[in-house]
Amino acid sequence: MLKPTTYLTHSYGQADGYKLAAYEARGGYSGVKKALALSREAVIEEMKKAHVRGRGGAGFDAGTKWSFMPKQPGQKPCYLVINADEGEPGTFKDRSIMEKNPHALVEGCIIGCYGIGAHAAYIYVRDELHLSKARLEAAIAEARAKGYLGTRPFGFDYPVEVYVHTGAGAYICGEETALLNSLEGRRGEPRLKPPFPAQYGAFGCPTTVNNVETIAIAPTVFDMGGDEFSKLSALHGFNDGGARLFGVSGHVKKPGLFEACVGLTLRELIYDLGGGTLGDRPIIGIIPGGSSCPVHKPDEVVNHADPRFAPYNGKSILDLPLGVDTFRMIGGMLGTCCAIVLTDAADPVLALHNLMRFYRHESCGQCTPCREGCGWIERILDKIVAGEGTIEELDRVSEIASDITGNTICAFGDGAAQPALSFVRKYRTHFEDYILNGAKSQTRRLTP
Amino acid sequence: MAFALNAEQNQKLEQILSRYPNKMAACIPVLHLCQDANASWVSDEVIEFVAKKLDLPTAHVKGVVTFYTLFNQKAVGKHQVWVCRTLSCALRGSDKILAHCEKRLGCHAGETSKDGMVTLRTAECLASCGSAPMMQVDKTYYENLTIEQVDRILDTLVR
Repeated sequence: MLKPTTYLTHSYGQADGYKLAAYEARGGYSGVKKALALSREAVIEEMKKAHVRGRGGAGFDAGTKWSFMPKQPGQKPCYLVINADEGEPGTFKDRSIMEKNPHALVEGCIIGCYGIGAHAAYIYVRDELHLSKARLEAAIAEARAKGYLGTRPFGFDYPVEVYVHTGAGAYICGEETALLNSLEGRRGEPRLKPPFPAQYGAFGCPTTVNNVETIAIAPTVFDMGGDEFSKLSALHGFNDGGARLFGVSGHVKKPGLFEACVGLTLRELIYDLGGGTLGDRPIIGIIPGGSSCPVHKPDEVVNHADPRFAPYNGKSILDLPLGVDTFRMIGGMLGTCCAIVLTDAADPVLALHNLMRFYRHESCGQCTPCREGCGWIERILDKIVAGEGTIEELDRVSEIASDITGNTICAFGDGAAQPALSFVRKYRTHFEDYILNGAKSQTRRLTP
Repeated sequence: MAFALNAEQNQKLEQILSRYPNKMAACIPVLHLCQDANASWVSDEVIEFVAKKLDLPTAHVKGVVTFYTLFNQKAVGKHQVWVCRTLSCALRGSDKILAHCEKRLGCHAGETSKDGMVTLRTAECLASCGSAPMMQVDKTYYENLTIEQVDRILDTLVR
């Protein structure tokens, strides 16, 4: 159900919308005062009631994640780390928050720090986002000058500092333990879990890593109350609450970012918000939330035994509300909720070729199945695209991808395998046409 | 000649150090600072300098430099251009943008134009998918590009 909201995007259109004055004029920094007046436990409870599912792709419940932190202050300090290493192909939402509404993130950091018992937050921004870093630094300086950050935020005896840290160009640093290594000044290679960051995170101390959007929406949660916030969502029954950012890119007339209550469908995202497909062409594939999600064909029909699926069973996947569990339960993945749309102008073989080059380039090289497997898959696709592949090699793509899955330290391996497995399974005839018929029936390009 | 920072840059370095509980955490930001102060690349002298400043083995700093794509291990042009080519941009014609840049600059992606003004590179997803195709020039994003816009942008660089 399409219910547009403006909690995060209220001032996106204003020239000075990113400044403190504009943020306070629309009621900014009121949520944090309510949060700091509560006990730490109550803050976590409120966040749990809001059912904010992590916006970075994994969809883990934010309040539950906060509750994993030590209940009592120990000898070691605790840290809040914000993952702003946005780089999942198709995803462009966190950058907009940092550029156009940085104070929401700063305010969220104060709430988050208080909730998890931390006094310092590091925002790990990928280096390319220079405007985001500048806007955040300026917002932090404004907040500090007002006393919102520092020793006594809003008169409460709970010191909080927020720092901006920069990466140096590595997609893998969006993986939370790789990010922690990078924050510590090391190569961005993921760590084995356990120990989880809540026990042994940044600098060996208890740490919570949250996505930018997850933290930026926290002020809204405390402003309106967790329950109220959760009930905005049509998927309240799936414990998937509130409102979030939806992006759409690729073959649509109006690609861009939209904010709406959770429960929006792909059809609404593509046709109502995205203006329909380029040249009104038929859709052949949608990647719902970043390239690591399996691709879906529009003729896929929803069918699940769970009673909560009753309203959606028998309908196209385009009419299934975009939720963490709705997509997980049908064998897909919501990811970051920024969809990539492919119409019949796009050649799915070239699309997968493009994505596998990305994964081969970004594999950190630590685990053999991922380091070698991504390269093998890319090279087989090189051959297929050049008309030199064989059916046996096509089958090997799925075999290699299956062997990467579950056999690596981090989720990158699974993320790289998902597109390979789903594209080859769902567009097999296209791949076979490349191998057997010289791709005579294929568009051989990605643009209309 | 040994690499060194000027007074203002040294002050920045101290600022960076103040943000972290130990010196090693400053490794990446300090490398950025030094790279910017060294014509946009990290030489062996820079690595020595950073290692000494942060009390780290040179091997550690070298390991960091070689891991991240944005640390240039050899000299680059006066300006750096990255054309994003991952799926969302590819679906909106990034190949044409790249081909045009190559033609205009007379060099392939990964190379520097003969006059030494521009290093052209491809980039993987720069988080600008909703405004594709796009390219990054030094520290600025240019989005929703047309060939005409690319020409205007390159004109300002090679002038």
